[in-house]
Amino acid sequence: MMPPSQAPAVKPPETKRGEKFGTPISVKQIGAKPANAGQTNTGPAMVVQGLHKSYGEQKVLNGLNLKVGSGQTVAVLGRSGTGKSVLLRLVIGLQKPDAGTIHIQGQEITNASLEELNEIRKKMGFLFQHAALYDSLTVAENVAFPLRRHTEMTAAQRSERVKELLASVGMEADLQKMPSDISGGMQKRVGLARALALEPSILLLDEPTAGLDPITSGEIDELILKLQEEREVASIVVTHDLHSAKVIADRILLLHEGNAVIEGTYEELEKSQDEFVTEFFKRDS
Amino acid sequence: MNTHANVPRRYSTDALPQSSAALRSAAAAIWNPINGLLEWFGELGMFIWQVMRSTFRRPFEGRELIRQLDEVGSKSLPMVAMAGAAIGAVLALESRHSLIQFGAKSLLPAAVVFSIIHETGPVITALVVCGRVGAGIGAELGSMKVTEQIDAIEASGVNAYKLLAFTRIVACILMMPLLTLAADFCGIITGWIANTLAEPIAFHKFIHAGFAGTGFSDFLAPTFRTMVFGLIIGVIACFQGMRSQGGTEGVGRSATSAVVLSSLFVMLADVILVKLILVFFP
Repeated sequence: MMPPSQAPAVKPPETKRGEKFGTPISVKQIGAKPANAGQTNTGPAMVVQGLHKSYGEQKVLNGLNLKVGSGQTVAVLGRSGTGKSVLLRLVIGLQKPDAGTIHIQGQEITNASLEELNEIRKKMGFLFQHAALYDSLTVAENVAFPLRRHTEMTAAQRSERVKELLASVGMEADLQKMPSDISGGMQKRVGLARALALEPSILLLDEPTAGLDPITSGEIDELILKLQEEREVASIVVTHDLHSAKVIADRILLLHEGNAVIEGTYEELEKSQDEFVTEFFKRDS
Repeated sequence: MNTHANVPRRYSTDALPQSSAALRSAAAAIWNPINGLLEWFGELGMFIWQVMRSTFRRPFEGRELIRQLDEVGSKSLPMVAMAGAAIGAVLALESRHSLIQFGAKSLLPAAVVFSIIHETGPVITALVVCGRVGAGIGAELGSMKVTEQIDAIEASGVNAYKLLAFTRIVACILMMPLLTLAADFCGIITGWIANTLAEPIAFHKFIHAGFAGTGFSDFLAPTFRTMVFGLIIGVIACFQGMRSQGGTEGVGRSATSAVVLSSLFVMLADVILVKLILVFFP
């Protein structure tokens, strides 16, 4: 077993790119100031130290450490119920950890006030496991929600931006549909478009390719890679999709019993002799 | 060595674990509901604090507030009006018989107007709003909670307490007096109709006789106490909805508890407020 502290220096893996997908997401937003504009951030985008979280007797996270630099993508793998989604919820401040610290672009968030937290959240995009679209709003309104709240865009600018975002996930034809009228996979893509609306510098994606067909999964992977390259977005991606993790992640973190069993590149994990790691990768091969 | 060898069996500590377990379970049976109640009030206090903190901060959510005013006010109006109308007619029919027996038939308009304005109008309106709006808010917010939509609002940097709870609570507070006026108006009209069907009386005479002994304070205090009812309905329904858990069953529980608890607290508040009104507006 390789402890996370001994993991080798991170090197982005060589990835196979699929076909170019959708329209590119422009960094130059129309009339709106990106949430992270004007910030010079040289340190890591996210630093998680000694994170503990329990629910009653059940220990979910047990002293987890994680560091994600700008432009890096870390895939978090692990069996169901090992605290992968909880990690994302703690990082965005939806829940408070029992112990440990979380720094987002240098700012500690575990003791931040709601107002401070909301400012930090504007720099982050979150894709929920089940998309969590607002069911009383149309697809377009869902994507426009953060834009309406946090930018001074005119209705026309907002509409154009929404079309651009939905086109980037291949959903431009379903603008006026209600979330209940589209499939789970489509909901997920709309959720991703909503998460990208404010051009976040940090992305937290909870199973972005779960329930999607292989082609769409590939397209989502391509989109994440594009964001990583063009905008230096730091991402934590919780996934069970080993192929997706191989394509998009600079590093993979394997969680077991609330802590990281191993952290490294896909190739390193694949070569690991650790019983749990080999068991995990055996199924994929 | 067996240390219990010379101890008579009935004093033996071997029996203790069983009896202490029974004691513990009895204590738990008493303590758990009390603990649950204290926990509920504690969470309610924290919820109110969060909503109050958000009250004076921008944005003021005008657009959502207008939507909620429409949702609480105009969409409740037909039901409130019908309930008020039914109560007015029933009051006139029931009171007429009793008043005739005491030879006080001429007091019928005053009895109808007084009871509608003072008690039945505000309380019936509050209970109707508890049922329609309370259940609606409880179910809507409960559903948003269990499908992580409230989390999604928070994750996008928006204060969910302000957007969802504050707007609904303010809408309930502002709409309750207006809905009460509508219920009062319909009740008085149907009271006159019911009275006229038995013994014709001109509308202006009915109104004149009805409001003869009624001052402005008689009208003002009971109507504005419905703002407190609105506050209770809004707070309880939003709180129950936003703490919902456990899937669709949890949503159902939230909607039911929103109605039950808000009705209960409205009736409790009514007793206290009537006493206060009698003290300050004798």
